[in-house]
Amino acid sequence: MKREPPQSIADYGPLFFPAGMLLIFFVVPFGTMIAVSFFQRQEGGFYTPAFVFSNYERFLTAFFGGVLGFSLMLAVTVAICCVVLALPFTYLLSRLTRRLQVIWLVGLLSVLSLSEVIIGFAWSTLLSRTAGLSNLLVKIGLLEQPVALFPSFGAVLTGMVYQALPYTILVLYPAIVRLDPTLMEAARTLGSSPIRAFFNVLVPALRNTIMATLIMVFIFALGSYLLPQILGRPQHWTLSVLITDQAIYQSNMPFAAAMAVFLVLVTLGLVALTLLIGRKGEKA
Amino acid sequence: MSGLVLNNVTKQFGAFTAVDNVHLSVPHGTFVCLLGPSGCGKTTLLRMIAGLEDPTNGTILLDGADITDVPTHKRNLGMVFQSLALFPHLSVGENIAYSLRIRGASREEQKKRVDELLTLIHLPGYGDRPVSKLSGGQRQRVAIARALALSPKIFLLDEPLSALDAKLREAMQVELRQLQQKLGITTIVVTHDQREAMTMADTVVVMNGGHIRQAASPIEIYRKPADTFVADFIGSTNLIETQVDSSGAATILGHRVQGIVLPAGAQKATISVRPEDVHLTAPGNGAIDGTVTFVRDLGGTIETFVEAGGQQIIAVSTPRERPEVTAGQAVGIALSPDVCVVLKQ
Repeated sequence: MKREPPQSIADYGPLFFPAGMLLIFFVVPFGTMIAVSFFQRQEGGFYTPAFVFSNYERFLTAFFGGVLGFSLMLAVTVAICCVVLALPFTYLLSRLTRRLQVIWLVGLLSVLSLSEVIIGFAWSTLLSRTAGLSNLLVKIGLLEQPVALFPSFGAVLTGMVYQALPYTILVLYPAIVRLDPTLMEAARTLGSSPIRAFFNVLVPALRNTIMATLIMVFIFALGSYLLPQILGRPQHWTLSVLITDQAIYQSNMPFAAAMAVFLVLVTLGLVALTLLIGRKGEKA
Repeated sequence: MSGLVLNNVTKQFGAFTAVDNVHLSVPHGTFVCLLGPSGCGKTTLLRMIAGLEDPTNGTILLDGADITDVPTHKRNLGMVFQSLALFPHLSVGENIAYSLRIRGASREEQKKRVDELLTLIHLPGYGDRPVSKLSGGQRQRVAIARALALSPKIFLLDEPLSALDAKLREAMQVELRQLQQKLGITTIVVTHDQREAMTMADTVVVMNGGHIRQAASPIEIYRKPADTFVADFIGSTNLIETQVDSSGAATILGHRVQGIVLPAGAQKATISVRPEDVHLTAPGNGAIDGTVTFVRDLGGTIETFVEAGGQQIIAVSTPRERPEVTAGQAVGIALSPDVCVVLKQ
C-alpha cells in the first residue's frame, strides 16, 4: 500500500501530541542541561548564567578520562555478557512448551520489579565472606576458607548483568520466537551439528536483533550508578556515580551537567559508529 | 537389502498416534510420493526418515545399516522444506555451498560445485544474488540445489511445490521428475496433491490415519485402488454397493452383472468404477436402467449425471464419443466386469 505524503499542516495533526510531550519532557530539560553546563558555578552555592567552557576544561583530565573509559568498558562488557548468556538461554526457552515459556517469562518479569538497591544489597550478601556463596564452596571442599568476593570488579559486573539480563531476554525473545524453526533443521540436514548450526545460522540470521540488543543493554548499563557504589571500590565507580556526586553532594550543577552532556555525546557517537559498521557489513 | 527400509515404524505424540506401524521399502533410485490428506502422518514419516523426529517404535535401515539413532547431520541426506528454509543472511551461492563449507571443502571446490548446481537448476550466474531478490520458483530451485550439494543418498522433499502458483507447480513437477531421473537419486516427496504424485512418482504411497493404505505404481493405484479411501482420494470415482442375491450372483443397482467376484463369504461389497469407464447406451438390452439428471459440458470432457437404482452415477466422455442425451432422458448404463474394482471393506 502506498501512502499519500501529508498535504497540509492538518495532516500532521496526529503528531502534535507526541511531539509536544517530547518537547516538554525531553528537549526542554536536555536544553536546560546543555545551557547549565556552560554556566558559572558559585563557590559553595548555586550557579549564575554565563557562557564559560571551564566545566568542560575541568573534565579534560586524565582522571575523568579514565573514569569515562572505565564506564564505557564496563557497559560494553555488561552488554556482551548479557547477550552471550541470553542468546542460548532464549533459544532454548523458545523451544519449550508454551506453558513453561510463560512461567519462565513471568519469573524474569518479577526480577525486573526488584529495585537496584535490593539487587545491590542482595548480591553484597551473597558475595560476602560471612554469609556468601564461598561458604558453600568450602562445604563441598573446593575452597579452604570463605573469602569475600566483593567489593570487586567481578561483583559489579555480576550485579549489573543480573539486573540487565531480563531486559536482554525480553528483547531477544520475540525475534527468536518468530525465527523460522526449519532454518535450524535445514542446517542439520545439511550436515551441521546443532551447536554449529546455532553459530552459523541462528546468530547470523539474528544479526540485527543482536546488534540492537547490544546497544540497548550498553545504554542501560551506562546509566547504572548504584551498583558500582554498593558492589565496587572507588576505582570501579562509573561516570554516572561522579555525576551524581557532583550534582547532589558537591552542589556543582554546571560541572555535573557538562559531564552528562559529554556522556550523551560519546554514547551517541558510539551507537552511530556501531550502526555504520553494521550497515557496511550488510552491504558487503 | 539396499535402499531405504522402514520396519514397524510408529510415532506417538502423547496419546496421539501420528504414524502407526508402517512398513515401507524404497529401492535405490526410485521416486516415492507420500500422499494423503493433512494430518495423515506423511510429514511425520518424512521427518523420521530425516532424523528430525525419533520413532517411538521400529527401525529405519539404509543399505542394511540401522540409522534409527544416527543424528540428522550424520545421515547424508538432502531435504527441501515446505518453507524452503533458505538462509536469509547468505547469498544464493553461499546457501548452496553451506553443506560443503561445513564439510571443510576448499573455496575452489565450493565454487566449482556451486557453478555445477546452478547450471543444473537453470540459474547460471545467480551465485552472488541475495536470496531475497529471487522469485518463488527460483528460490525453490535454490533450495533443491542446496539439498543436492553433497550428492546425498536420499533426497527428501516436504510439500516442496505448495507455495507456487498452479502453472509453475505443474512445470516444476515435470522438472523435478526429470532431475531425479538424471541423477538417479532415491527421492521421497510428501504431497497432498494427487496430480503431483501421479506426475512424478514411481511408487505412490497413500496414507490415512497414520496407516499406509496402498503403495503401488500411480497407474495401479488409479486402476486398482485397494479400498474405498484410496479409490475416493485418487481421482473421482463412482462407489457402488454390490449385493449377492439368492442365487449367489453379484447384483449392481438391481441388475445382475456377470463376472464380478466378491471376496469369499462376503454378502456385499463396494465396487469402484471410474467415470470414464461408465458407458451410456440405449435403455434395455441388459443394461442398467437410469435417467439423466444433468449434463455438464466442459468442452474437453462431458460429465453426465445419471440416476440409477437410487444412486447417482457419473459418466465422463470425450467430445468424440459424446452421448447425445439431455436431462430427463432414459438411458442404459453398460458396465463391463473388468472396470468394476471390488474394494476391501
